[in-house]
Amino acid sequence: MSHAHPHETSNEVLAPGQRLQESERKAFSPEAVAEIQAIMAQYPDKMAATLPALYIAQREFGFVSLAAMRAVADVIGIPEAHVFGVATFYTMYQKAPVGKFHFQVCTNISCALRGAAQLLEKVCERTGVTPGQGPSPDGLWSVEEVECLAGCGVAPCVQVNQDVYDELVDEDKLVEVMEACKRGEYRPWAH
Amino acid sequence: MAAIRTKPDHHTYTFPGFGSEKFPNLMLRGAGDLNNWHLKVYEQQHEGYVAMRKALQTEPVAVIDEVKASGLRGRGGAGFPAGLKWSFMPKDTPERKLTRYLVCNGDEGEPGTFKDRVILEYNPHQLIEGMIIGGWAMQCAMGYVYIRGEFLWLIEKLEAALQQARDAGYLGKNILGTGWDYDILVYRGAGAYICGEETALLNSLEGRRGEPRVKPPFPAVKGAFGQPTTVNNVETLAAVPPIMRMGGAEYAKIGSPKNAGTRIFGVSGHVKRPGIYELPMGTPMNFLVEELAGGSSTGRKIKAIIPGGASCPMLDEKDFDVPMDFDNLKARGSMGGSGGLIVMDESVCIVQATLRLIRFYAHESCGQCTPCREGCNWMQLVLHRIEHGQGRPGDLDLLASLTPRIGMRTLCPLGDAACGPMDSALQKFRHEFEHHITHKTCYATGSRLLSNVGAH
Ligand SMILES: Cc1cc2nc3c(=O)[nH]c(=O)nc-3n(C[C@H](O)[C@H](O)[C@H](O)COP(=O)(O)O)c2cc1C
Ligand code: SF4
Ligand code: FES
Repeated sequence: MSHAHPHETSNEVLAPGQRLQESERKAFSPEAVAEIQAIMAQYPDKMAATLPALYIAQREFGFVSLAAMRAVADVIGIPEAHVFGVATFYTMYQKAPVGKFHFQVCTNISCALRGAAQLLEKVCERTGVTPGQGPSPDGLWSVEEVECLAGCGVAPCVQVNQDVYDELVDEDKLVEVMEACKRGEYRPWAH
Repeated sequence: MAAIRTKPDHHTYTFPGFGSEKFPNLMLRGAGDLNNWHLKVYEQQHEGYVAMRKALQTEPVAVIDEVKASGLRGRGGAGFPAGLKWSFMPKDTPERKLTRYLVCNGDEGEPGTFKDRVILEYNPHQLIEGMIIGGWAMQCAMGYVYIRGEFLWLIEKLEAALQQARDAGYLGKNILGTGWDYDILVYRGAGAYICGEETALLNSLEGRRGEPRVKPPFPAVKGAFGQPTTVNNVETLAAVPPIMRMGGAEYAKIGSPKNAGTRIFGVSGHVKRPGIYELPMGTPMNFLVEELAGGSSTGRKIKAIIPGGASCPMLDEKDFDVPMDFDNLKARGSMGGSGGLIVMDESVCIVQATLRLIRFYAHESCGQCTPCREGCNWMQLVLHRIEHGQGRPGDLDLLASLTPRIGMRTLCPLGDAACGPMDSALQKFRHEFEHHITHKTCYATGSRLLSNVGAH
């Protein structure tokens, strides 16, 4: 859960109540419904499918929109309020659109000791994106500052979408990764 | 979906003497070898599933006794004896058959900790084997592995490894003719540190918000889906096969008194060779930091070490010789925690480091308890103003007065975890805080641990 405090909220464009955004897509594909139903059947309680279903929603809708949450509640047959509560509790569900390549930069202590703050600034500079303000105009990049990614030994640690995890990133390496993204060597978001 | 990785990582796993009697390699066998997750390799090269076969021919109670005899203590943070925890699980009675679960905690979110991922990456079958032995010992119906969401590629690898185990008949119905049915499912978290706390993890596994539960009832009575459940860390469960193989008494000889076995230590921060080192418990900290990890990477003196993940109180120079086990670290006012060492050199501003740590706790507090929710936030605000040159004369007393009002007054230990770094920093580096308040800048010049871009 995150709390409001001065230096962070000042450039937050969305007030808390505005966090949930709408998407054009309104419903799951039949395959996704079947996938969720199979997960429900695996557990003693169908509610356990909430987290996996939200990942499926994120994949299908591109991000976890209000409609995506409703669709999850609908397929599992649980209250919408429960799904809203879960989706907003966990940070890995993106409640607003992200770029095709979503950079998650760890700035926690081990990474900070090895220049994560400076790297984050470089990532922002090179992509032209400010964290929390949505993707770049061309839709390619978005940036997020995250907590420890359990890659502290190869700090500073950066994750791009789901694929890259511990590319010992300095600025040269960063440029290399960005070029590789553009060449299509990394799977885009919402694959 | 992400694919199984074919690219080795940059971690160190080995050092001269590793694998000898002095430095047994019980957990990191095959680390660095990306083929090691195959069942065949594990069985042919690393005595894989020998321990499981032995356990399945032993009475469940006797397996628990073996783990008790080994002296194995939980590697998730608190160091609770694993065998004892297992023995808390209620047994079937003639009138009542129970459904019991074993849950593996693979949330690994403690800053400075990166050991469970190595087991998942290079040695997943050892974890699976440990979970089968544990499942047998407690006669569980299912095992669940809860893994942090960012580890998608490791989840996929573990699922592939589980399928190999199923195909071999080690999971499923009537395992190896014992009449016992058991399977293991993987559950993916979604980015919340608090889900590492065992009852929050259980809520998350049930598809809820990861908020810790009020205890009692303890998980052994009412855990996952309302059933008796044991939660163990990845490393704890992966230590079980070696124990069964060599026998509890033999395992107990490794390590230091009351702290048996080896432990996977992770070293990060200002050292020449950051990485993962498996060492017997009780190995002196300066041996690991200076000899194995190569000492300071910057040429500057090492100022402070956090010995077991971000929640543990910092140690300064006079304690760098501490033998790394639960009891010795506790005696020096810190904790064994998760075994992740964070090394800071002289250029680090302790005020900044503390602010970064407290910001983490303020961000990750689940918000249920007022002392934790408000207290962490308050500490952050006060530290923030000190760091930014707006500190007031009474601020240090204010900070010191906050921690006793958080610690031990919350539902889960996250509140206490935030107090450890705060109190130790104030005690050991008070002059840096005072310098900040008087001179409005860092005592250690040029320290830049905090970014000033955007929202978090
Ligand atoms: C805030 C918090 C975070 C925790 N995170 C983890 C974690 O990431 N991994 C883990 O194994 N244990 C974690 N723990 C400890 C667990 O609650 C639990 O004690 C542990 O999983 C028990 O396993 P063990 O007996 O094998 O050590 C955490 C505890 C707290 C209070
Ligand atoms: S101590 Fe903090 S994290 Fe733990 S239950 Fe209370 S509010 Fe939640
Ligand atoms: S502190 Fe950055 S990955 Fe752990």
